[in-house]
Amino acid sequence: MAYDKFTTLTTTAVPLPIENVDTDQIIPARFLKATERVGFGDNLFRDWRYNSDNTPKEDFVLNNPKYSGKILIGGKNFGSGSSREHAAWAVYDYGFRCVVSSFFADIFKNNCLNIGVLPVQVSPAFLEVILEAVFKDPTTEVVVDLPSQTIRIPSTGDQESFDINVYKKDNMLNGFDDIDYLRSMEEEISSFADNTPL
Amino acid sequence: MKKTLFDKVWDSHVVRSIENGPDVLFIDRHMVHEVTSPVAFLGLKNRGAKVLYPGRTFATADHNTPTINQHLPVADPLSANQLRALEENATAHGISYWGLGHEKNGIVHVVGPEYGITQPGATIVCGDSHTSTHGAFGAIAFGIGTSEVEMVLTTQCIMQPKPKKMVIRVNGSLQNGVTPKDVALYIIAKLSTSGATGYFVEYAGNVFTEMSMEGRMTVCNLSIEMGARGGMMAPDKKTFDYIKDREFTPKGAAWDKAMSYWDTLYTEEGASFDKVYEFEGADIEPMITYGTNPGMGMGISKDIPLATDLEGGVATYQKSLAYMNYNEGDTMIGKSIDYVFLGSCTNGRIEDFRAFASIVKGRKKAEHVTAWLVPGSHQVEKAIKDEGILEILETAGFTLREPGCSACLAMNDDKIPAGKYAVSTSNRNFEGRQGPGSRTLLASPLVAAAAAVTGQVTDPRTLLQ
Ligand code: SF4
Repeated sequence: MAYDKFTTLTTTAVPLPIENVDTDQIIPARFLKATERVGFGDNLFRDWRYNSDNTPKEDFVLNNPKYSGKILIGGKNFGSGSSREHAAWAVYDYGFRCVVSSFFADIFKNNCLNIGVLPVQVSPAFLEVILEAVFKDPTTEVVVDLPSQTIRIPSTGDQESFDINVYKKDNMLNGFDDIDYLRSMEEEISSFADNTPL
Repeated sequence: MKKTLFDKVWDSHVVRSIENGPDVLFIDRHMVHEVTSPVAFLGLKNRGAKVLYPGRTFATADHNTPTINQHLPVADPLSANQLRALEENATAHGISYWGLGHEKNGIVHVVGPEYGITQPGATIVCGDSHTSTHGAFGAIAFGIGTSEVEMVLTTQCIMQPKPKKMVIRVNGSLQNGVTPKDVALYIIAKLSTSGATGYFVEYAGNVFTEMSMEGRMTVCNLSIEMGARGGMMAPDKKTFDYIKDREFTPKGAAWDKAMSYWDTLYTEEGASFDKVYEFEGADIEPMITYGTNPGMGMGISKDIPLATDLEGGVATYQKSLAYMNYNEGDTMIGKSIDYVFLGSCTNGRIEDFRAFASIVKGRKKAEHVTAWLVPGSHQVEKAIKDEGILEILETAGFTLREPGCSACLAMNDDKIPAGKYAVSTSNRNFEGRQGPGSRTLLASPLVAAAAAVTGQVTDPRTLLQ
C-alpha cells in the first residue's frame, strides 16, 4: 500500500545500543497471528519491554519516560533473522519513522523501505556520536534529511551523509510503492512469462 | 564476461533493469503460508487486483499448526483464524492449497522439493527467510516480506538490486560424526551472523558435491543465518535424479527442454566473485551453539570463548551468556539439558531421522528429557514408518508427532518453557525463539540424539559405532 511521504524528520531519538537485535526480539512469533496490519506497536520488543505478568520492565528504554521521538537508534546488525515484515510494522506502528544503525540486515531494511520507514546506515563512529549526544541529553534533536541524504545533530553540529538507492529514495519522497510501478508493466511481464523455460 | 551460476539464473530472469535502481525480477514459483500472507491478500483486495499466475503459486499451512491431534479443530482461535484465512484466500484465487490434514501438507521448504515445485534455475520466493533452502537445487531462492508477497501475487515480479556474489569453498573429507548441519554452523561461526549480508552465496567444493540433496538443503537453508540473501549449489546428476518424475517437474519433451537449460547452470571457469572463503572439511567438528545467535557456535569439545578474545561488543556478548546462564570459559560437554527438538525445515527430512535413529537405536531416552520429534512433512512421516525408524524410536522411548514447524518458532503449543534448555536441530537460537525465556542450543540430529539419550550435551562421536 502507498505510505506517507518522507522528506525531513526533526525529532528526539530513542537509543537501543544492542548489537544483532533480531526480529524475534522486535516482535516475538506469538504475536504474528493477526490477519490485518493493526496493533503491532503494542508488542514491539515485547519480551524486553514487559515481564511475564505484563508489568513494564523499568530498565528497558521504551519504558523510560526520558526518551521518546520518531527515531530509533539501534546497534550493529539491526533486524537480523526472520523475514517477518511484522517487525517493520511494529516499529512503524509504535511511532518510529526512521531507524539508525551502523549496519542493517538485508530483508529488514527492504521491509522498512517498503512501508515507509527510513533505514539510515551511519558509520560506527557517527553511531557513537549520536548515542553519546542522546544519552547525555535525551532532549537532543536529530534531523534526518532525505533530499540531501544527511543526518545531523544541530546542537553539536555533527553530521554525516548516508546512502540510499535513487529509486527507493524517489519512492520514499513521493510515498509511492513498487506495486504501482510493476502493475504499469503488466504486458511486458506477461510476454516475459510466456518465454520463461520453467 | 564469464558468468557465475548466480549470474546466469539472475540475469535470465530480469524483466527490466531500472537505471540507478533495482532489477525487476520475474519469479517462477511463489510459496505461500498462513502467517505472512493474510495482509498481502488484504492489500490485493484493497487494490482490486487478482493473483496474476495462480499456477505458479502454492500454499501450505505449517507455521501455526498443531503437531498432535491434527484431525481435531485447531484450539487457538487466532491460529485457527489465520489458517482459515489462508484456505479462503487460496480458494478464492485458485491457488493449490495443502492445508492441515492434506496428504501433501508439511513445512513449505520441505514440500516444495518433495513435489518438484523446486527446480534448478528457477527463481523462488516465499514470505519466510529460510526459502534459501531451495538453493540446493541450483535455484535462486530467498525470503521476502509481506509487501513483497503482495507484489509477487499481483505481478509475479519483485524489485531488488542484484546482490554481490560470494563463493564458499569447502574441500577435503569430513570426520565421522560431522553432518551438513555442522558444516553450516561452522561457516556461520567463522563469518558471523552478518558476514554475508548483501551477498548471494554459492557453495562449492567436494564437501558439497558429495552431500545428499537433503544435506545440501540443510546447508542452503542456513545461508540466511550469516545474513546472506540466499545460497545455492550447481545442479548435478544427484539433483536431476532427485527431481525426476516428481509431480510438478516437467515430463517428456518438456523435461528435455528444461534439461537443456539446466545443463548450462554452473559457474564458468574464471568467473569472478566479490568475496571468496575457503575452509578445510577436516577442521570441522560436530558443532553446538552456546549463545543467542547462530554465529555463537563452536566445536562441541571446545570451551565457551572469553569476551576479550572476540571482536565486537563485550556488553552484547555478556548479555547473551547471561540469558543462557553460561559463563565464559565453560565447557559445553556435560551441560544438562531438558528438551530435544528434532525437526524444522533445517533438519526435518528423512535423512535427519535416520541419523537420529542411528544413535538412539538400542538406547533409551533419558528420563528427564522431553523430546519432540517432528517430521517436516507427511512424506517424511511415511518414510519414517516405512523404513522401520518409528519402531526404533518408540523402542527407545520416543514418540513421533505430526508435521509442521513446531518448536522451530513456537507459534503453536510446542513451546520450550522459560529457563529450560533445548538441544534443537532448527536454525535459530534467538532469545525466546522457542518460547518466552527458552534457551536453545543449535546442533545436528546426531548431537540432538546424543543429548536425548544422555540428558546432557554429549559428543556424538563417543556413541557412534
Ligand atoms: S521450520 Fe522454522 S524456519 Fe522453517 S519455515 Fe518453519 S518456522 Fe520457518
